[in-house]
Amino acid sequence: MKNLEDFEKFINSELTSKINNSFIKHDNIYLNIDHDELIDVISFLKTNKETKFRQLIEITAVDYPENEYRFKMVYLLLSHEYNKRVIIDYSIKENDIISSITSLFPSANWMEREVFDMYGLNFKNHPDLRRILTDYGFEGYPLRKDFPLTGHNEVRYSEEEKKVIYEPVKLEQNYRNFDYESPWEGTKYIKEIKKSDG
Amino acid sequence: MAKEKKTLNLNFGPQHPAAHGVLRLILQLDGEVVEKADPHIGLLHRGTEKLIENKTYTQAVPYFDRLDYVAPMNQEHAFALAIEKILKIEVPARAKYIRVIFCEIGRILSHILNVTTQAMDVGALTPTLWGFEEREKLMGFYERVSGSRLHANYFRAGGVHKDLPSGLDNDIDEFCDKFPKIIDDLETLLTDNRIFKQRNVDIGIVSKQDALDYSFSGVMLRGSGVAWDLRRSQPYDCYNDLQFKIPVGKNGDCYDRYLCRIEEMRESVKIIKQCLQNLPKGPIKTNDGKISPPPKKEIKESMEALIHHFKLFTEGYRVEKDEIYMAVEAPKGEFGVYLISDGSSKPYKCKIRAPGFTHLQAMDYLIKGHMLADVPAVLGSMDIVFGEVDR
Repeated sequence: MKNLEDFEKFINSELTSKINNSFIKHDNIYLNIDHDELIDVISFLKTNKETKFRQLIEITAVDYPENEYRFKMVYLLLSHEYNKRVIIDYSIKENDIISSITSLFPSANWMEREVFDMYGLNFKNHPDLRRILTDYGFEGYPLRKDFPLTGHNEVRYSEEEKKVIYEPVKLEQNYRNFDYESPWEGTKYIKEIKKSDG
Repeated sequence: MAKEKKTLNLNFGPQHPAAHGVLRLILQLDGEVVEKADPHIGLLHRGTEKLIENKTYTQAVPYFDRLDYVAPMNQEHAFALAIEKILKIEVPARAKYIRVIFCEIGRILSHILNVTTQAMDVGALTPTLWGFEEREKLMGFYERVSGSRLHANYFRAGGVHKDLPSGLDNDIDEFCDKFPKIIDDLETLLTDNRIFKQRNVDIGIVSKQDALDYSFSGVMLRGSGVAWDLRRSQPYDCYNDLQFKIPVGKNGDCYDRYLCRIEEMRESVKIIKQCLQNLPKGPIKTNDGKISPPPKKEIKESMEALIHHFKLFTEGYRVEKDEIYMAVEAPKGEFGVYLISDGSSKPYKCKIRAPGFTHLQAMDYLIKGHMLADVPAVLGSMDIVFGEVDR
């Protein structure tokens, strides 16, 4: 059970229908599963003595706004005994509720809170689902692709009110996203202005 | 009449010298015993991952310096390795050795800071003063090679930005000769110090199983007796050619973690020495003009070099569609980059796996049942830097 290919075969033969797709790349095993199988797959990988993926490295999500299944959830596990990593992913819709894996890995607690905070995805059976990194009273989900880079609010100390106040972001100049991939066409920002002039 | 039990809520931080930055810890106290700790993080959140999605791969490197700002180059390393693996870039041997030298300097920088401030948190001031003198020298090396004492922006996909300036290798070598003596001095102040031991021995004990369950890595894991170091188990760059030991703790308490860090500094010195002895000659970055900029001289003479230069600093290099997780053994633990590229010159997604985030999460588990005065000791031994926790 040393070879990465054998490892992948073993996982496939044990979990059979629970795995949609699996392949090996960059010395890691990538597994694509169904949303409903998450708990089964992870608890198998954690407890089986031939795999022993006993450490959760990271949970994260990826946003693909153009897809019907908009978000891809990603789980990274590590097995110290066999020195292997596995990357598990599945796709979900915006309003789907994800099963929390805090009962399997206590460290999933903050990682899932971060996904909730950054992407607005909901977890069931999570003991303490609060925002974690953003400001108290923050609105919106910053890592979604439709969230603007500049954000919505800015903070400053107001001399009149003698306290820190929130205001909508005011930029002296519009945020310019130069499209250097086709440097001969100029930036969209400048083109738009020219159009409105003409 | 039975006395009514009252718990006291105490706000620890965000402005507290022992909070190691901007940690707001809400403690529920029963007398002096901590019943619950709820860390509030994010006060230093800068949206690094969002910013990286909007920058080219070259422009993203400086953001990695600003994560764990006491060991900047270790983090650039993870990002550079991830891109190299996707693009299958062959890194010249000299670049690998230079990168390892500076990663180990980063490890010493971080461990000096942690060991001495942990000592300061429990009442010893002198180690900080002695240790920071050495950090100053190390940051001097950073400055000479990259032009900056902290935010180096030195590692590139395919190598490093510039070769070592002349004389630097000798100076680092000289430092390596003298530094073990400084570690000895620090140890005379701390290792057998009665007060230091009273404050650290048997405090914040982590069992092997819990260290795994709470996703600990680095010294937090090794202090509990799990022999796991990515430099050894999943070697990157030239770590395979080097001889070094991995110190492992026994009891998993704050004191063992302190001892691990002291020993790791000694091992780092050995690694740097070996690298300097075997430092190969040759180029310091890949000569693929599509990825690393051409030398200045060529730009003036060759049209192709000029075009490469222009394209690299406007569009940047494109990275084919791929998905990768690459981790390095940073001083604080496993620092990983989960990168999704989409074929353009900007990352589609760059998730940063910071060791401090998972360590701080276990604060409640570690401190429950301890006294209030143990909070700084446990926090100190976790080696928290808010740059990487909040990102």
